[in-house]
Amino acid sequence: MSSVAAIVEYGFREAVRRKMFAVVLVLTVLFLFLFWLANHFVFAQLDQITPPADVHVDTRTFAGAFLTGLAMFATLFLGVVLAVFLTLGVVGGDAERGLLQPLVVRPVGRATLLLARFAGAAGVCSLYVLAVYFASMLITGLTGHWWPGNVVGPGVELALGVIIVVALSLLGSVVLTSTANGIAIFMLFGAGLVAGLLGSIGHALNSHAVKSASTVTSYALPFEGLYQDALRLITQDTTGLTAFVLQLGPFGGGYVHGWTIRVWAVVYLVLALAAAIGAFSRRNL
Amino acid sequence: MPDALAVRNLEKRYGSVRALRGVDLTVEEGQLVGLLGPNGAGKSTLVKIAAGLVRASAGDARVAGARAGSRPARAALGYLAELFRFPGWYTADEVLELHQRLAGSRGGAAERARLLELVALSEARDRRVDGMSKGMAQRLGIAQALVGEPRLLLLDEPTSALDPVGRRTVRLLLEELRGRGVSVLLNSHLLSEIELVCDHVAILLGGEVVAAGSPQQLAQPRGVELETDEGVHTVEGVTRDDVPRLVEEAVRSGRRVYGVRVLTSTLEETYLEAVGGETS
Repeated sequence: MSSVAAIVEYGFREAVRRKMFAVVLVLTVLFLFLFWLANHFVFAQLDQITPPADVHVDTRTFAGAFLTGLAMFATLFLGVVLAVFLTLGVVGGDAERGLLQPLVVRPVGRATLLLARFAGAAGVCSLYVLAVYFASMLITGLTGHWWPGNVVGPGVELALGVIIVVALSLLGSVVLTSTANGIAIFMLFGAGLVAGLLGSIGHALNSHAVKSASTVTSYALPFEGLYQDALRLITQDTTGLTAFVLQLGPFGGGYVHGWTIRVWAVVYLVLALAAAIGAFSRRNL
Repeated sequence: MPDALAVRNLEKRYGSVRALRGVDLTVEEGQLVGLLGPNGAGKSTLVKIAAGLVRASAGDARVAGARAGSRPARAALGYLAELFRFPGWYTADEVLELHQRLAGSRGGAAERARLLELVALSEARDRRVDGMSKGMAQRLGIAQALVGEPRLLLLDEPTSALDPVGRRTVRLLLEELRGRGVSVLLNSHLLSEIELVCDHVAILLGGEVVAAGSPQQLAQPRGVELETDEGVHTVEGVTRDDVPRLVEEAVRSGRRVYGVRVLTSTLEETYLEAVGGETS
């Protein structure tokens, strides 16, 4: 266990030492300030906002849910940025720089090494995502006096979504160079964004084909599915009001939801990690 | 007790390139074996297979009796890569502590202090890696390889970044390790270094062992140089045993003999002969 803890600690220290981490923290502070500003003006001028005709909720709930949903997208995006930059070179990049070989020759084993690196990066990223999620929720709650129906669930799902990105990035780092891996993961994230957009278009046009394409893509990239489920969770238990499907236009909406996507996300994570371990165990260093 | 390293008919192919073609090599207990060869000869591939970093295409490599790359094999070796780096924010002591934890060493602070002293880095115990010179980092790498008192030490170009004093430190260290019974496979371009410290030398070319033996065995006799009143001339194809006869013949033929020198080739000459002047 000491060797596993040593690798987790190694990854953790590497994560917080990187300049990238400081950049993300600065961006986060900036985002939270702007988010507070948006909340301040939106709730100050609530009487000027009219929810869409098909959304049967009061204005405060609509505004609060919309702002929280946007904050969740920003949280997911920042979490993905952090996840990618922490893990894009864990195998390929570190092997190229000669950082990996001294660790791999130790008796700890490649699978344990990779899982420990995963645990370190996943720990940092999920803590970060949860911190930003709860900070933005507090901002909306204290400024606009609106709280999500489910307080914890959406944060956990966002964190799980970013953990899946960590696993995909680790898998990519085994088979791709650092640069190629970074590009590939951001393209996957972009594809997830497109899936959400397709969902919005499909529902607007009432097109079954487009909605199906969106659903399939959300399952293929479950961090997007989890994000959509998280959007659904923030409004589903709103006391005294009818739950509604939050639609954020280009940032997607809560179309994919329920236990199916949650269970599939966990299975997907396990498969991604297994693939990463399999590829790493065969890789020449 | 099994050999520290036993390599039999080892092959490695990278696509169509055959990096190793049936290599046999043994590092016995307490033996210091040197690997020589031009760039691309397969030396680093051989060391990496032994360390478990690269998978062999065919053949067998065993470390202390265990299949190379297996957990027991990795537990029995220490490795210094040709190109390696430690995280810049770690101090020398922290690097060794990390490797102690990974190797399962119970040596604690005493082992770390002893290793740092061994590589002349006691003063740099709390210095961060990114504040070290190349030579200091190289010596820290050697100390890292020695964590947990491995049976077999695999050193891939350990003196490439060292100045002459640093090289001497490493040479003395290797001699000390041999005294302690540690087996070493040393991959180096520095023939003089190999000649000075190694018990056995293997010369690789194109993935094959083209010459092997002790440095003395490889340094073949080249003849005898005779200095007489007629000048200096070399008699080729003879050895030290022929010297009395050669002197007797010279005196009998009326020449005055002023000096006799037995000529032997250096390891460098043997190496150049073996590799045919190939550089890569």
